Amino acid sequence: MNKIVGSKDFLEFAYELYHTMQANEINLVYEGVVTQEITKTFTALTEKNMVKNEESNQVQRKVFNVMVECLQNISKHADAMTEDADEERRGIVLVSHGENFYNVITGNVIKKEKRDKLEKSLEHINSLDKEGLSALYKQQIKEGKLSEKGGAGLGFIDIAKKSGNKIEYQFKELTDDRFFFIVITTISRNN
Amino acid sequence: MDVISIKGTDDTPSVTLDKDKGAFIFEGRSLPEDVGDFYQPILNWLDAYAQEPNDTTDVMFKLEYFNTASSKVILDILLKFEEINEAKGGVTIKWHYHEDEEDMKEAGEEYEDIVSEPFEYIVY
Repeated sequence: MNKIVGSKDFLEFAYELYHTMQANEINLVYEGVVTQEITKTFTALTEKNMVKNEESNQVQRKVFNVMVECLQNISKHADAMTEDADEERRGIVLVSHGENFYNVITGNVIKKEKRDKLEKSLEHINSLDKEGLSALYKQQIKEGKLSEKGGAGLGFIDIAKKSGNKIEYQFKELTDDRFFFIVITTISRNN
Repeated sequence: MDVISIKGTDDTPSVTLDKDKGAFIFEGRSLPEDVGDFYQPILNWLDAYAQEPNDTTDVMFKLEYFNTASSKVILDILLKFEEINEAKGGVTIKWHYHEDEEDMKEAGEEYEDIVSEPFEYIVY
């Protein structure tokens, strides 16, 4: 993609972005470092929007829930583009809604070696029904240990449980040893 | 025994642990990124309480939301109360959930499947 250089190009870009966001009913877009502060700010912002739109409590809670898990996944598991330990863990976050659903979309860089395990785990989660997810959740909460980064290994199971929909995901190859990992979670509005 | 009284924030719950008053309360939101920092003093307090518990221990959980890292620690807390219940009895978990929030009720039921102490469900 070409870089935007001049201020005129940038205005064009901002204008197009505005239109794209309006057309797709995108409530929130962010690209950058994901910290606990960012997580709190975005979830609070989205909550406020949902209250304004008189969204049901149940849907509000589900969207909040999925956002927290997705954002904390990035802050705990995103990899940097290089092996430099100090390089920031970044990600993209996008929240959109239509008449019947909310979408929470996140993307972040991961190392190639994580892909297989992640894909297997997501395939398994997507193969389960409500009871199956509940059983897997109980097994993992009993047997799992909190990782050094404070992860419980429950994030995607919980996202699938709360959303009630299959988790969509994709891995796009960035370099020889890095993928861009995209997750789309859909929360239905009329349960 | 010392009293634990923590005021809730937008990502941590309010917690009251008071042996003399018989108050064991967890209320609000729990989504800290590092659950260890927040919950370790609470788990330590429960270890000390387990040495000499009251005849009855009614534990109130009135959580609005918790993240998955917190869910693991909440199980640890419930397991401490289970130990107390097995040794001395008298423990009841009073699990509160909002009438619109089936998910929170289900979360309680999942814990109830894992631990052995009795649960009561209270809708608000």
